[in-house]
Amino acid sequence: MCIAVPAQVIKVTENKALVNFGGVNIKVDTSLVDVLNIGDYILLHAGCAIEKLNKKEAQKTLELFEHILKDE
Amino acid sequence: MKYIKEFRDPKLAQKMLNDIWHNTKKDITIMEVCGTHTMSILKNGIRDLLPPNINLISGPGCPVCVTPQWYIDTAIALSERDNVIITTFGDMIKVPGKSSSLKLEMALGRDIRIVISPLDALEMAKQNPKKEVVFLGIGFETTAPIIALSIYKAKNENIKNFSILQSIKTMPNVMKEVVKDPQVNIDGFLCPGHVSAIIGVKPFEFLSEELNTPAVIAGFEYCDIIAAIYYLVDMANKEKYEVKNIYNRIVKYEGNEKATAMMNKVFVLSNSEWRGLGNIKDTGFKMKEAYKNYDVKSKIDIKIIPSPIPKDCLCGEILKGIKKPTQCKLFSKVCNPSNPIGACMISQEGTCGAYYKYKIR
Ligand code: SF4
Repeated sequence: MCIAVPAQVIKVTENKALVNFGGVNIKVDTSLVDVLNIGDYILLHAGCAIEKLNKKEAQKTLELFEHILKDE
Repeated sequence: MKYIKEFRDPKLAQKMLNDIWHNTKKDITIMEVCGTHTMSILKNGIRDLLPPNINLISGPGCPVCVTPQWYIDTAIALSERDNVIITTFGDMIKVPGKSSSLKLEMALGRDIRIVISPLDALEMAKQNPKKEVVFLGIGFETTAPIIALSIYKAKNENIKNFSILQSIKTMPNVMKEVVKDPQVNIDGFLCPGHVSAIIGVKPFEFLSEELNTPAVIAGFEYCDIIAAIYYLVDMANKEKYEVKNIYNRIVKYEGNEKATAMMNKVFVLSNSEWRGLGNIKDTGFKMKEAYKNYDVKSKIDIKIIPSPIPKDCLCGEILKGIKKPTQCKLFSKVCNPSNPIGACMISQEGTCGAYYKYKIR
């Protein structure tokens, strides 16, 4: 029930956005997140965007995982 | 960057697993407290890929499973009123009450509707001004801001026929309760990623600071979970405890301030009753005075009859990680998804249901 999934923003209006989740377009409420731009990814839960995904941080995490292996 | 497939890399996972096998020197029990983690661990077969001295147990992380028995009986009693429309997340409808379920009541013609969001329930209230639209408000901090938003909007738009049957739970203090239980022995926590997206890292820091228990906030793809186990093993070996966040792509240290502000506008922390665990201090929400009219209990006079969980159902011990579903004598034989005895069997993220689905017997 706590399931939340990344979805890409394709259109933005006031407090709402149209997002693409696995090829399906869904209208979501965006009152709980900061300004969105087309192309951004949001975390979608129960009809709402609950957070914006951060590309730089995602890349850093992947580097961190790679780093685990280099530590050996 | 699509944020999913990048974190599903079999080669990376295999290498991290090799490291875990190499580094695990002592027995270590790790508890996950999010139903989505439970499902991902079982779906990806992670338990079978770990060395035998790593024991993964599930905690009270499935919102449907922790909802007390009386809640479902009250929802059923409300659905029997002609002027009420019950709206709910789909997960709730098959949960067995004392003598019925919402699914059965639906088949009997009660007006019970499945919604994806409490905001959809609010729309339904606007379209049905002569009926009271009651939303079954359960969930953790991930869902709480959205329920709060629906109540806030209802008040702002002066919608008076919308209310919530509320049993929202909050995570940090129940984790404290579980760690302190002498029957449970936890060496590390896999913290709930989407609860953390809302409340941030700080509310979990007591785990390392006060209770000497390491914790990792992680995402839900298999590389996220395996990396979290790696760090937990590493911290346990070095006896250096912290709360590590490896879900930074979503979780900020301070969490989502807009969402917490909305949650705090409408709700205040309160004691809450958990299925099988009892009433626990400061582990839930109640509505603030200004929003009290949106609590169904303030509008409709309903008798809440406490009822115990069915005899022999071990949900309470399973939610604390003391027992595994396979230790319940009803598991799979008497209790299965076609005939669920407890919520833990029927919820999509319930530990018993997950064990059944992935054929752990
Ligand atoms: S298997 Fe069924 S009866 Fe046993 S603990 Fe799980 S839900 Fe309860």
